Amino acid sequence: MTTTATPSKPWAKSNRDRARDFSFIIFAIAFSYAFVGVTEMKGKLAYAFIFFAAYAVLVSVFGFLTRGAPAAKDAFVKTLVALGSILTLIPIASIVMTVIRNGAPGLKLNIFTQDMSMAAPTDPLTNGGLLHAITGTLTLVALALVISVPIGILTALYLTEVKGRFSGPIRFLVQAMSGVPSIVAGLFILSAVLYPITKNYSALMGSLALSILMIPTVARASEEVLLLIPDDLREAGTALGGTQWRTVAMIVVPAARSGLLTATILGIARIAGETAPLLLVSGGGDKVNPNPFSGSVGSLPYYIWKSFNAGTPESLTRAWAGLLVLMILILILFSAARALSARKVSK
Amino acid sequence: MIQTPESEKEMSTAAQPSSLANVANAKPARTRPTQAIGTGLEARGIHAWFGTNHVLADISLEFAAGSVTALIGPSGCGKSTFIRTLNRMHEFIPGAAMAGEVLLDGKDVYATGIDVTKIRLQVGMVFQKPNPFPSMTIGENVLSGLKLAQIKVANKDELLESCLVRAGLWNEVKDRLGAHGGSLSGGQQQRLCIARALAVSPEVLLMDEPCSALDPGSTLRIEETIRELSDSMTIIIVTHNMQQAARVSDYTAFFLSDGGPGEMIEVARTSEIFSQPKDQRTENYVTGRFG
Repeated sequence: MTTTATPSKPWAKSNRDRARDFSFIIFAIAFSYAFVGVTEMKGKLAYAFIFFAAYAVLVSVFGFLTRGAPAAKDAFVKTLVALGSILTLIPIASIVMTVIRNGAPGLKLNIFTQDMSMAAPTDPLTNGGLLHAITGTLTLVALALVISVPIGILTALYLTEVKGRFSGPIRFLVQAMSGVPSIVAGLFILSAVLYPITKNYSALMGSLALSILMIPTVARASEEVLLLIPDDLREAGTALGGTQWRTVAMIVVPAARSGLLTATILGIARIAGETAPLLLVSGGGDKVNPNPFSGSVGSLPYYIWKSFNAGTPESLTRAWAGLLVLMILILILFSAARALSARKVSK
Repeated sequence: MIQTPESEKEMSTAAQPSSLANVANAKPARTRPTQAIGTGLEARGIHAWFGTNHVLADISLEFAAGSVTALIGPSGCGKSTFIRTLNRMHEFIPGAAMAGEVLLDGKDVYATGIDVTKIRLQVGMVFQKPNPFPSMTIGENVLSGLKLAQIKVANKDELLESCLVRAGLWNEVKDRLGAHGGSLSGGQQQRLCIARALAVSPEVLLMDEPCSALDPGSTLRIEETIRELSDSMTIIIVTHNMQQAARVSDYTAFFLSDGGPGEMIEVARTSEIFSQPKDQRTENYVTGRFG
């Protein structure tokens, strides 16, 4: 004898429940309008605040009437949590919207094919572009990556695997370094490398300054990832006759691969929009500079800063367009890194 | 009607000394001479400390080549610490110290100038929790020891197959050697770890409660594996399961700590330990009166 069972979800909300929840929202909205109408509180903020207060009271009272005090608390805290997440999203959404609205008019094809060597920021938008800034930012980020990722990950390996005598001081220094103001990094490279040694602006100088900011970020994030790798694996590796170095290289680092990639992404996020050190050491040229080791180089943050300073409507649009391009560039870098790590894990 | 599986029957009759002795005697007698390499392992006067905490006092034990020795005793009596001194894994724990000698084929593994990685190749280890390497496939896991120790072999596929066959896993994974080690069940993962330990052909295999996280079926499967492996190597197994000690081992050593450092109370043929232990404390333990 067989009975056929149809899959069902007895815990799902019924239409009646949904109608009730919806009516709560409608009622809360109506109440906030009425409240704002009859009292002195005015403005969007008042609507939002009263809406949430009314909704919280409504669901709490309903919870109390149907299931008692714990349910009322549960409903109230749920409302607070929702409020918190919305409050977090508002500034992000607002920033993205503003940048897109102001930057979109400046997005012309020519800004990806031309640089500013033959144009002034105040020229019409059809003249000049930010090719030099895009290539400059990519060069700076790539060089900083090459410098910072090995040093950062090796530092993390020293802290988690070698656990040497200097672990304590190094961990302290790394933490202190991650709080260094970015302008200090720029000044340091300016006075320690640029003036006494190279005596010339270059992308390399900018990358060195950015590395000072990036290394602590990569090192700390990598350390946290490596600490999550269970000691079982290290023991298994050494018990199979591997030296410590081979165990780390063959087992610990591959096991932490996606986390280390995330650490790298965090490092890029830290430096991609950094402006202050570049003002001091990169020179901020208006021309595409193919030589990363000599000559001034532009970058998107520098370009944005310079265009804003010019102050005309055209230059302001240029600046917004630069911001939009910078955000898209970072988004592309992030997505690429995410996709890369996801593919390697699911191999 | 539901049939009680063999293993559960045995579990339900635990704490009966006579039945454990029967289990110990029911093992097929060894007729073939051992194929084990080397002359076995000997521990002389082993002490161990963690910081100032003296956890193991004066353990002397001989492990004949090709024998299976079970170490039993309540938790915290130093069994795991003891086997970790045998392949020098003890020294990885911060604050660890030891005294005594461990002779592998007559040479002290703690002597100056000994290459510790060579020792760990000769004395393999299987851990309590299955720990396949997560970034490697099943096949890569088995052969990982060769890569770690940079050993060259002529025919990797043959070695891979023979290790998995000896660990009793070949039939279950032969079609998916490229899958991840983590995709196996717990019991299969543990047998994968055994296969991984076998790939570097150790003389001695240490097993630290290899079945404590496994179901009865997987446990029996691994016990069969241990009996088969004992034809070719010396095995030392820590276990909390006295049934298991009775089923797989030739010799049993009973460890106990009365608040101070762990000591070895008694070592004898497994059948003797479970039928006529010399020490009252051993008898209390194997009959389930404490521990």
